Amino acid sequence: MTKQQANWSPYDNNGGSCVAIAGSDYCVIAADTRMSTGYNILTRDYSKISHLAEKCVMASSGFQADVKALQKVLSARHLTYQHQHNKQMSCPAMAQLLSNTLYYKRFFPYYSFNVLGGLDSEGKGCVFTYDAVGSYERVGYSSQGSGSTLIMPFLDNQLKSPSPLLLPAQDAVTPLSETEAVDLVKTVFASATERDIYTGDKVEIVILNASGIHREFMDLRKD
Amino acid sequence: MKLDTSGLESFPSLISHGNDVAGEISAPPSFELPNSNNFDGFLKEAIQMVKPAKGTTTLAFIFKEGVMVAADSRASMGGYISSQSVKKIIEINPYMLGTMAGGAADCQFWHRNLGIKCRLHELANKRRISVTGASKLLANILYSYRGMGLSVGTMIAGWDETGPGLYYVDSEGGRLKGTRFSVGSGSPYAYGVLDSGYKYDMSIEEASELARRAIYHATFRDGASGGVASVYYVGPTGWKKLSGDDVGELHYHYNPVTPSTIEQEMVEAAAT
Repeated sequence: MTKQQANWSPYDNNGGSCVAIAGSDYCVIAADTRMSTGYNILTRDYSKISHLAEKCVMASSGFQADVKALQKVLSARHLTYQHQHNKQMSCPAMAQLLSNTLYYKRFFPYYSFNVLGGLDSEGKGCVFTYDAVGSYERVGYSSQGSGSTLIMPFLDNQLKSPSPLLLPAQDAVTPLSETEAVDLVKTVFASATERDIYTGDKVEIVILNASGIHREFMDLRKD
Repeated sequence: MKLDTSGLESFPSLISHGNDVAGEISAPPSFELPNSNNFDGFLKEAIQMVKPAKGTTTLAFIFKEGVMVAADSRASMGGYISSQSVKKIIEINPYMLGTMAGGAADCQFWHRNLGIKCRLHELANKRRISVTGASKLLANILYSYRGMGLSVGTMIAGWDETGPGLYYVDSEGGRLKGTRFSVGSGSPYAYGVLDSGYKYDMSIEEASELARRAIYHATFRDGASGGVASVYYVGPTGWKKLSGDDVGELHYHYNPVTPSTIEQEMVEAAAT
């Protein structure tokens, strides 16, 4: 008697790409705004970016229902933290929280591929990249989602920084200025849109720096 | 060709047995077969289960001065390299290290959990936990999740009151005490270099060079290993990171490019 298989899957992939780049005193987080299912576009106007804490922003691609649930859990945990500690959570602390939240659903994962971006306690840019079950790593830049295999090699070419594992240690943040990093992100999304059907419509770019948070949009190809 | 199956026939019983139990013992061995519809597919899956598929190279060995631990830093998702800078040597506490092979999230989470348990043990017992104890804690947790799909192939290396300690622990529930281990898809290559160069009486420099070389050779031949070769030493005062070298650069360090002599010959020929 063969094992009974389910005739439906609890998961779906809504596509999309996200990118984050860390600078010496800023962090750029971007994601496209297309939400699809199969070959259909559900909407051209969906934000995949969530502002979790004052200096911490998360962009997630994958199954947006799981992403929304994850964002809700993290906001609620952050609110509790603020009530208990009378301060905002730092970006590295939120990074660990996200990792544990993802791992607690190890046997029924959040189908969510996240990048977390923000400023650490010294004001330097930090980016954390995750897999679906919570393994994470602090990096200088990262991309996740359907266009990540197209975007990552280009970012490696432009931004490849010495590995944080090297000894003697070398700094991992990119030497780019904030405007150069934003231009790079726009270029990267324009290229990914050309070759990935799930990426397009608009790119939402969030810039975090000492003076606060700034958001801008750029149109992408809608085909 | 007719196969000779005489060896498989049961021996004719000289004494007739009325008792079933004795009859079973003298019968030829029969192998239980799975009752699945797809016998070949089942066997293929069974082989896949047994074959270790952890794309990485990690190694650790005990020598006269302590324990040497080394690993590469590549993470692969199928054929895509998802990261070249993964920390595969996890610092559980200042005198104990764990290596990562298998599922990155599984290793990260359970090593962190082990660190917490070790700290609680220190607070409850006013003394550090032994490497034996720490590895047993981890092995028991992994055993309780056996069959649920965790993928962890780790080595716990540390220095406690009894001296240097090294254990291999995996997600099948296995726990082995030993002096030399290598885990991952690159481990056969690492074992080749490690086993041929190993001596118990090595200095720290010799041992770290051996460890580095072993990781380098594994990254050279194994596609799922690469990035940065990290080497850590665990001694009586705790662990210390000794080196972190990009394996691409190590290649030219071990195989320096000498200028070819052909150009020199051509210059000489033109002069004459």
